[in-house]
Amino acid sequence: MLISKNSMRLIGRSYIAFVFTPEAPIHEWLKELDAWLARTPGFFADRAVVLDLSNVKLSKSGIGHLIASLHEREVRVMGLEGVDSSQLGPELPPLLRGGREAGVSESVTKPSAPEEPAAAAPIRPTSLLLDRPVRSGQSIFFPDGDVSILGSVASGAEVVAGGSIHIYGTLRGRAMAGSTGNPGARIFCQKIEAELLAIDGYYRTAEEIDATLRGRAMQAWLDGTTLMITALH
Amino acid sequence: MAKVLVVTSGKGGVGKTTTSAALGAALAQTGESVVVVDFDVGLRNLDLVMGAERRVVFDLINVVQGVAKLPQALIRDKRLETLWLLPASQTRDKDALTEEGVERVIAELRERFSYVICDSPAGIERGAILAMRHADAAVVVTNPEVSSVRDSDRIIGMLDSKTVKAEKGERIDKHLLITRYDSARAARGEMLSIDDVLEILATPLLGIIPESEDVLRASNVGSPVTLGDRLGAPARAYIEAAKRLKGEDVSVTIPRPKKGLLDKLFGRRAA
Repeated sequence: MLISKNSMRLIGRSYIAFVFTPEAPIHEWLKELDAWLARTPGFFADRAVVLDLSNVKLSKSGIGHLIASLHEREVRVMGLEGVDSSQLGPELPPLLRGGREAGVSESVTKPSAPEEPAAAAPIRPTSLLLDRPVRSGQSIFFPDGDVSILGSVASGAEVVAGGSIHIYGTLRGRAMAGSTGNPGARIFCQKIEAELLAIDGYYRTAEEIDATLRGRAMQAWLDGTTLMITALH
Repeated sequence: MAKVLVVTSGKGGVGKTTTSAALGAALAQTGESVVVVDFDVGLRNLDLVMGAERRVVFDLINVVQGVAKLPQALIRDKRLETLWLLPASQTRDKDALTEEGVERVIAELRERFSYVICDSPAGIERGAILAMRHADAAVVVTNPEVSSVRDSDRIIGMLDSKTVKAEKGERIDKHLLITRYDSARAARGEMLSIDDVLEILATPLLGIIPESEDVLRASNVGSPVTLGDRLGAPARAYIEAAKRLKGEDVSVTIPRPKKGLLDKLFGRRAA
């Protein structure tokens, strides 16, 4: 295929980013964030974060200062939301629009690509089956539906699914179900040693999981805004 | 057909270099031609463990960069004529390794030897990835400790994604070698048990090397443990592991605690 040099394809791509919505007063909000980070250090180290400023009124320098404070906490802001574009200069991250709410702590932004009218969308599978263990450091991300894993999820690994997560093995890492805003999603595993469980953004860390459940088969689901965990047998 | 093995672990200090030297010597003793390649550029140790530190002239980096030819850099072991060493450079760092250079050196080594053993540096960066890049099989060295096991798990994931074999859609053979196993501590529940490690890593066991002063002594005198007293527990365990690597069916024995004074007094015999 020949591609002439003066044509360029612009392709839209969607990514998951965490959205921070700071509240006034900012220093109180930062304190709260610090407490959260102390419990889960390095959580945002390599993650995309978008700052939604609709709840606070900040000047241009104020926004710059807030971004710098977040940077010190190893949170890198890739875009801004909820501000007027006239308030932003070239030194600040770009303004994002069209973000779709996807849950309490996670959000999908889908920038449209007007240059490329969508071709007939192929039918996408709504479940993902993995027949080997998920190793430490690996991240499985499947926003389109359920994930089933034949094997264990290691400590330091994470599985993020738009639907439910089924693990036929030991869950030692993180599992985040319903991550695109599905409170009906559940997490099942044969043996729980998890570092973190989350459904639709509501989460529990290892410390908050009842010790008597450890090592047992369990399911996790959402009761309102509370993440519930019960033994299966 | 030459076989390229990478000895890797993620975590440092678990016994990769000791294992590379011991397995290399054990395989060479069976008559195979073996070269052990030190990929730990900048922190070379394999030459010391193999007792060849006073004979290093050229190194892996020189060959990778085309400054020296492969035969100039290879050092033959004084005790075993089928055992060779390709040392690392101490003055350079891992950035001096190039993808193409490593590929060329490994291809050349494949033609000369029946086993190419790559001693990986610790970590998951460039050096470790280039060491595993062209491997046909991997020996994952793990101590029965939580941190070591988790790092090994990470490395196993990388073996399944970053090697040439994995990129071609094939699966790399992985073998788990548990080192520094202290049976007394394991019996007291102070270390992970063999079963725990196997369950977490879901990888076939190549062998269990007991914690022993023999290993430390062998490193200090520059002689792979399998070249010394072949009846010592770690030497036996490495020799058996080498046999399993060659495809022989040898059952793995789990080291048991030594008998205490009372057992000796009552004259019980070991099972």
